[in-house]
Amino acid sequence: MRNYEFTDRINIVLCGGAGQGIQTIEVLMTRILKNAGYNVFATKEYMSRVRGGSNSTTITVSSAEGRCFYNNIDLLIPLDQNAVKHLKKRITRETLILADSNIETRHNKILVDFNDIAVKLGNKVYANSVAAGYVLGLFRLDFKVLEEVVSNFFSGKSDEISEKNIKAVRKGYDEALKSDKISVDIARNTSTDNDLLINGSDAVALGAVAGGCNFMSSYPMSPSTGVFTNIAKYSKELPIIAEQAEDEISAINMAIGAWYAGSRAIVSTSGGGFALMTEGLSLAGMIESPLVIHLAQRPAPATGLPTRTEQGDLNFALYGGHGDFPRIILAPGNIEQAFKLSEKAFYYADKYQVPVIILTDQYLVDTYYNVREKDLLPSSENSHFFTETSPGYLRYRITDDGLSPRGIPGFGKGLVMVDSDEHDEAGRITEDLDLRIKMSGKRMKKLDLIKNDLIEPVFTGNKNYKNLIVAWGSNYHAVKNAFETLEPEGTAFLFFEQLYPLHELAGVYLNKAENIIGIENNFTGQFTNLLEHRFRVNIDKRILKYNGLAFSQEEIISRLTEVLI
Amino acid sequence: MAVINYDIENIDIAWCPGCGNHSILKILKQVLIDLQKDPLNVVMVSGIGQAAKIPQYIKTNYFNGLHGRALPPATGIKASNPGLTVIAESGDGDMYGEGGNHFIHAIRRNTDITNIVHNNMVYGLTKGQASPTSNPGFVTPVQNDGVSSLPFNPLAVAVSLGAGFVARIFCGDFKESVETVKKAILHKGYALVDVLQPCVVFNKVNTYKWFKENSYYIDNNHDTKNRFKAFEKAIETEKLPLGIIYINEEGKTFEENLRIHHDKITPQYSLKPDSQHVKTLLKTFYHT
Repeated sequence: MRNYEFTDRINIVLCGGAGQGIQTIEVLMTRILKNAGYNVFATKEYMSRVRGGSNSTTITVSSAEGRCFYNNIDLLIPLDQNAVKHLKKRITRETLILADSNIETRHNKILVDFNDIAVKLGNKVYANSVAAGYVLGLFRLDFKVLEEVVSNFFSGKSDEISEKNIKAVRKGYDEALKSDKISVDIARNTSTDNDLLINGSDAVALGAVAGGCNFMSSYPMSPSTGVFTNIAKYSKELPIIAEQAEDEISAINMAIGAWYAGSRAIVSTSGGGFALMTEGLSLAGMIESPLVIHLAQRPAPATGLPTRTEQGDLNFALYGGHGDFPRIILAPGNIEQAFKLSEKAFYYADKYQVPVIILTDQYLVDTYYNVREKDLLPSSENSHFFTETSPGYLRYRITDDGLSPRGIPGFGKGLVMVDSDEHDEAGRITEDLDLRIKMSGKRMKKLDLIKNDLIEPVFTGNKNYKNLIVAWGSNYHAVKNAFETLEPEGTAFLFFEQLYPLHELAGVYLNKAENIIGIENNFTGQFTNLLEHRFRVNIDKRILKYNGLAFSQEEIISRLTEVLI
Repeated sequence: MAVINYDIENIDIAWCPGCGNHSILKILKQVLIDLQKDPLNVVMVSGIGQAAKIPQYIKTNYFNGLHGRALPPATGIKASNPGLTVIAESGDGDMYGEGGNHFIHAIRRNTDITNIVHNNMVYGLTKGQASPTSNPGFVTPVQNDGVSSLPFNPLAVAVSLGAGFVARIFCGDFKESVETVKKAILHKGYALVDVLQPCVVFNKVNTYKWFKENSYYIDNNHDTKNRFKAFEKAIETEKLPLGIIYINEEGKTFEENLRIHHDKITPQYSLKPDSQHVKTLLKTFYHT
């Protein structure tokens, strides 16, 4: 049998049924490897069920910063027979499978008796810990590093469970030391030790807190729930109110009420929940309430694929809600951007008194990698934008720029009156149709202000380009990496963090290109269509994907190569 | 007593002459004056409909939101600043129909708000269709053969959920109504006041006369703390009982249960974004 050597990168996949402990191994392995000085990336795909099925996690360990998902598996640990079938499209001739004797495969396999070892320890449930120990053993790490993380991880459990798991990890580890077929010699970089291992959900929640978020009302829905549970967790330590509403309609209306009374509120939801929220979105537009909505996309229509990924809700975020009113849509491309843009969302919402939508997706919220602490520090631009009122205060005073100072009831000597009906400057209901024109103009005028405060698209490549690749959201690293790998001649890459309003500079870049290639995770190319419409360009080359999975690095490289010929 | 004025001069009131809403507005103003509430610290929250216009005619802060959605913003407002007196007020269609789910869960949450519902058993602003509280047989432009659904009983639902304060008033009785609404506002926790009210244009069945003849005041012997007795009162339909049906002072309010208000009441507007917060959280990510 041949030897397997890994020097730059190793792509490890663990797969088993829900409840077999894949999540536990993912957490243990990524923490241990990060602390040991490796760049670690992890992403998962899972079924919408509590037990059984086939769920997998991909852990990519590399000497350089790894930020994208690779399809091809180097090392596969299937915890059951279904796993091999489930991942058949990702197994290549180079893949090595580490498995029990009861798992049959025609692919390269090294026999490791995870189950037998676990059973000898008293229960087959420890098989996942044996597997984790084995993989970590391949890295030839000091066992003390493993032991510390494992015992901390199980510290909440009984002594017996903790002890058995440490033993299981040790057994797996010792087994790996015996193997001379696999050599993992990936350069370590001690600085990762100080990095933080966080996922997209953590980043959105932390960014919200950086933006001063102190109120959250939401209704759980995959894949948006992580942000909600994070904020709820933070409310144990920080002055934050987190409430589970009876439905998304209540969640958004509660959040708008909270903003009215001086809180800084966020709601987190996914497509179907956002559908219920659109009435409230329109309310925020009418009463000029700040509001932050985290919209984690999953494949739709309707219930779609609840635990999978897609970028199919851009049109909905753009056009949801009855009537004309300004809004802002931000779409982070990675974890650092998720932090930065979630913080910025509160600034935008408060400053311009508009709803701001943070558009993520399942792939981004469930993806981890090691992030530098300096990229997770609050900026200095956050402060309150509301005002202390005086007698005769007018909530909707008509001003030159459309922005009326926002008062808070109970803070000052004026009354704060807001109305979902068309209203006068005081906020009282009106049917004065001339006033209607003035008020519509006042609301929409804020868009002009916002247009002077937009985030520029990120341009990469030679200024003398013929081809321009455009992408948004969680495809950022897959496209960027492919672009850097291919170094295609006469080609540049334009990435958007802000999808609405669009920065004028985008038009300049787009109009210079002979060929534009749009890359998106949806059926129609929603963002590409928006660019066409907004900047009067033709984008007929589109790389689209909508099977519920994120683009892999290999896929982008191959499809880009096809269109660039 | 300080002179407090809740009147607004020179306003065009959009209610029909003779509508019960005028009486309810008068009752509410009297209650707030008697309780010496500073208008700056009162927030009226309403939905949409004729009843929901009430905040427009009383000099306080208000949040006139969406149809059926008065209770969620009221909850967000009270939690954000428990120092405010929050009154959520709308009609029967708004609170019991469109907002029925919020009604149920606002009771469960026990936010310290007063929920006043104008119950005229008909839809006025949309011109005469059935409301959730319309009686079977009530003929409308939509329910041509008369209403066939059973009427929604807000009092029974509230008692069954263990609501903090459940009462019914008749808008034609000023003095009694003022006393009951006062107690509702003073009650710590969620308080429901269902207000029987005629619609002089669209409900020719449940008129002033009908309400007078078909209601009675609960006598002093009624044990408002006894949930079973309260339920018996709540489900009486032959003659509708008026007054306080149930009081439940057990349990904390929603705001009291929030950590942020445990030691002292902290209005959220007094908190500035604090960069230290993220730094505190980041520390927890290092724990391996």
